[in-house]
Amino acid sequence: MPSALINVPAKAKRGDVIEIKTLMSHIMETGFRHTATGEVIPRDIITSFTCRYNGNEIFRADLFPAIAANPFITFFTTATASGKFEFEWIGDNGFSETASASITVE
Amino acid sequence: MRFAGLIVLSVLLITDAVGAEIPPAERRSGASFMTPDTRAMQDDGTINPGMLWVLDGEKLWARKTGVADKACADCHNDPRTSMKGVAAHYPAFDKALGRPVDLEQRINLCRVNQQKATPLAYESRDMLALTAFVAQQSRGVAIETGSDPQLAPFIAKGRELFMQRQGQLNLGCTNCHDDNWDKRLAGSAITQGHPTGYPLYRLEWQSLGSLQRRLRACITGIRAQAYDFGAPELVELELYLMSRAKGMPLEAPAIRP
Amino acid sequence: MPKRNSTRRQFLGLAGGAAVLGAVPIVTMRPAEATPAELASAIRSVTGGAAVKTGKVKLDVPPLVENGNTVPLTVSVANPMAPEDHVRSIHVFNEKNPQPNIANFYLGPHSGRAQVSTRIRLADSQKIVAIARLSDGSFWSISTEVIVTLAACTEEVI
Repeated sequence: MPSALINVPAKAKRGDVIEIKTLMSHIMETGFRHTATGEVIPRDIITSFTCRYNGNEIFRADLFPAIAANPFITFFTTATASGKFEFEWIGDNGFSETASASITVE
Repeated sequence: MRFAGLIVLSVLLITDAVGAEIPPAERRSGASFMTPDTRAMQDDGTINPGMLWVLDGEKLWARKTGVADKACADCHNDPRTSMKGVAAHYPAFDKALGRPVDLEQRINLCRVNQQKATPLAYESRDMLALTAFVAQQSRGVAIETGSDPQLAPFIAKGRELFMQRQGQLNLGCTNCHDDNWDKRLAGSAITQGHPTGYPLYRLEWQSLGSLQRRLRACITGIRAQAYDFGAPELVELELYLMSRAKGMPLEAPAIRP
Repeated sequence: MPKRNSTRRQFLGLAGGAAVLGAVPIVTMRPAEATPAELASAIRSVTGGAAVKTGKVKLDVPPLVENGNTVPLTVSVANPMAPEDHVRSIHVFNEKNPQPNIANFYLGPHSGRAQVSTRIRLADSQKIVAIARLSDGSFWSISTEVIVTLAACTEEVI
């Protein structure tokens, strides 16, 4: 099962703008490479990344082959309430991975 | 740009001098040749892609495996204490085999002898994860490979391999890494070749890889026949290189271009 | 350096990595490059032909890249990120990879700061374009040139 590396501050004050860092293990095969016999190595990438904060979508990304292997994405959000961040990566060949992180907002 | 590389190479081909070893005070890690962005990637554990393998390794450490149904954790307990400093003195002498073994081989010896499990292939996901996890426990520890006197003849052998010219380009490792470090080969800086960060995430590979993978790639690059994974020559080279870097801090899992 | 050489060597570099996974050797073929027309059309599919103004957007990419396989990129927009004035999305494009799109990022007023970082692949020295769509329907853009050097020794199938 691929690993995800997530970094979310464990604690924040209400209204703080916090940075969320994510790294997901994935080869991101571009679909532009060929074997010795001339066959195309099929594309195999993560196409979409979503983050939900207490159920509400706060960030989404469409990814293309130009995103480097082991996709690294960081973004910001405003800390509003204690709860959970849920991350989802969807890609070719039925790729689907999730991860989560908790935050305490005072 | 190709021509610049060829000119450097032709100078190396003509001169016959044996490489003069780098004085200890002048030794520099490969990290010092990198751009600030790449260095930042290595130094920050929250953005270092090598950490993905370390996380995998952490899971494997606790997983029971083999006929003996044992996990690494069952014998070695908390890796933060039991594995601290380990990677910094590998390759190490194995008494039973009477020769040095590298970290991958040590893990396989444990798997086969203690866990009664099948050995892991070099560069397999699980092997990279375990070596990354173990090596990361020694991050910051000064390398002390080679202190054991039993290793002396093997270090000498490794040094010979480092110095000898080989392949179609008739180059020895020393020609670039002792004599021409800090010059450039095409777009890249030539480093001193200290393996301070293995296993490391190489941007060129877009993956974590072992020192043996890097050595094989270099040897192929000078158009010589690369030794197979696990060959004694590669272990002796690893041993010589690590002892040559003695005192430098381990950076695993490092990033390199 | 001739373009053919550079893309081929880049792919030889990529080839070394994947070859470890499978037994099939990977050769290089010159892939189709995005044309300026494709880039313009990709941008148009986001903007719908609306006017794109220069400014507000900042692209942070190293001017000289150590390895085109992994290029750190940060895109940001000077904007209060308030309900009445915020960045809705940021779209990043390139000029010479086989495909013009790099990524689309969707934000909102709750984002707090319109700034996203990622790592991208660049097949050659080229221009990168970032376009931000604001809540008032306006589009703002910036473009920057990046020089990409390639690894000295290409790795064969290992």
